[in-house]
Amino acid sequence: MSTSTVPLKLEPVATVVSRTPFQNALRRFTRHRSAQVGMAILGFLILVAIFAPVLAPYDPIKPIREAKRRSPPCVHVLGCASDKPQYVFGIDSNQRDLLSRIIYGSRLSLEIGVSTVSFAIIIGVILGAVSGYVGGWTDNIIMRFMDVLLAFPSLLLAIAIVAVLGPGLINALIAIAFVSIPVYARLMRASVLQVKDQDFVSASRALGSSPIGILVSHVLPNALTPLIVQATLGIASAILDAAALSFLGLGAPPPTPEWGLMLGEERNSVFNAPYLVFIPGIAIMLTVLAFNLLGDGLRDALDPRQVNVK
Amino acid sequence: MSQFFLRRFLLFLPVLFGITFVTFALARLLPGDPCLIALGERATEEQCNAFRERFGLNDPILVQFFRYVGDIAHGDFGESIRNKRPVMDIVLERLPMTIEVTIGAMIFSTFFGILLGLISALRRNTAVDVVTMMGANIGVSMPVFWLGLMLAYVFALALKDTPFWIPPSGRLSSGVTIPPLTETFHWKQMGGPLGMIVTFASNMVTFNALITGNFKVLRDALWHLVLPCIAVGTIPLSIIARMTRSSLLEVLGLDYVRTARAKGLRERVVVLKHAFRNAMLPIVTVVGLSVGGLLSGAVLTETVFALPGVGTQLVSAILARDYPVVQAFTVVIAIIFVLVNLAVDMSYSYLDPRIRLQ
Repeated sequence: MSTSTVPLKLEPVATVVSRTPFQNALRRFTRHRSAQVGMAILGFLILVAIFAPVLAPYDPIKPIREAKRRSPPCVHVLGCASDKPQYVFGIDSNQRDLLSRIIYGSRLSLEIGVSTVSFAIIIGVILGAVSGYVGGWTDNIIMRFMDVLLAFPSLLLAIAIVAVLGPGLINALIAIAFVSIPVYARLMRASVLQVKDQDFVSASRALGSSPIGILVSHVLPNALTPLIVQATLGIASAILDAAALSFLGLGAPPPTPEWGLMLGEERNSVFNAPYLVFIPGIAIMLTVLAFNLLGDGLRDALDPRQVNVK
Repeated sequence: MSQFFLRRFLLFLPVLFGITFVTFALARLLPGDPCLIALGERATEEQCNAFRERFGLNDPILVQFFRYVGDIAHGDFGESIRNKRPVMDIVLERLPMTIEVTIGAMIFSTFFGILLGLISALRRNTAVDVVTMMGANIGVSMPVFWLGLMLAYVFALALKDTPFWIPPSGRLSSGVTIPPLTETFHWKQMGGPLGMIVTFASNMVTFNALITGNFKVLRDALWHLVLPCIAVGTIPLSIIARMTRSSLLEVLGLDYVRTARAKGLRERVVVLKHAFRNAMLPIVTVVGLSVGGLLSGAVLTETVFALPGVGTQLVSAILARDYPVVQAFTVVIAIIFVLVNLAVDMSYSYLDPRIRLQ
């Protein structure tokens, strides 16, 4: 029996890269298909919002005297006569350039989404933290009140609040922020309850940390993941709700370049100038879609159950 | 079993109380003197005193609240400031339309949502699945009223003179009317709760037409409901489709489904009888929760399709500061929403008997 010696070839073993949980999450997030799409749309929108004054060909509020009302889009590259002035999305019923209004509207939409959700998170986190930490009657009263707020269809409660405060953009935003507080309060309370009695918190308390110190250094980091996901999805619904209120004439007053208001103002033009209705709707949809996709991506990326990175 | 239902019902009462409290508190927060709002700026001090006396505004706030709750329990929402009619009459006139749209949209979204979700789950990662889930993502991001306007444009204008034309506005075609039930059945005018129910049923055109066998009107009414229901139902449809897909995929991976397959059951039986029944719970929850969205959606789209429902009335009431009307609609819709979720809660025990035992 002859033994043939096989030269031992050593394949390079795949190098084990150790990553922190954050790096893992970031990796999952950047490889997530919907997150990529969401990021792309959002990045585009942010750029448009920042450079609105540069990008917008006309003033979003002042009417263009020489333009005809509801004139259809005219783009030179697409065959519109070059001696005519170029209106990419057409002219609205008040002789304003729709493109410029859409561009400026992106600022407002992002501001609306971020400001309402920030407000709701701050109040919600405080209420939830107090509720979870103090417990007892305080907890009961706060959470039952939150339950009652959740018993209303949110948009309807927002409408009722606007009825009390009076129509207007700021009031609409307050109403929308107010109705979204309960979700954050519940999330925060759940996180507080989760870590409240754990050893590291007791240890921290024994070492003399104040309740606020414990909250900031131990509870908040644990609550951050669900809060971030909820906030991203919350921005999407806040933008939709704000558009709805403006559409009904209860939000931004004319001539604000707000997409919902633009839809509301032009709703009667749908049969003779459909582009005036179509385009603002697409703008709202894209923005909301971006935040929804981003929220889905974040949820998947931050879910600790998905440890393996493909 | 009955203990389970009773417990759930008792949990519902504090929520009901809370709803009335919040709307009551909102009304008290209304800026300005209610007397000046109701009677106008020129009201004299004497008129105002009489007004406050008449509506009990001089009583302690708690007394006012309990009187308000008692009045609601009797179906009395006060009087509309703007058109000096009992608010309950306006509710009975307007609410049926909104309920019709909501129910129609719910049927549409539940049926197609579950169907699309099922198909996606069974054809996972195929083109059908990808397209459906992309569509669902877009569906949840659309403003309801915009979709309504677009549907009106496509079906009423672009498809004009084709068999696919669908009316874009109104509840019935012009010239088509339906008499109230009291007239059809030669009943006497009724008061009290029974009278309210009869008025409500009469104003619910599809229901009225169905039980009186007036199929011409029924067809016309349903025809006018198609576009609003599609518009309102699209967001919940997307949510239900996503939930059905993920819930079914989770169940399909479980051991007992493998067992069912291993013992040679047909795929259809495995999916529909074994997997789907157990995937129902989260789907039913989502359907229940989407009722809130459906009701708000109906309120929004009514203004687009010129339907005589809560929406148009609510907006004009807000602009006219007619708060009793706003308050009544808010309370009624919140109660409907809570009741539907109570029903959903109770249906769990039917879908999953283990819940009953806890």
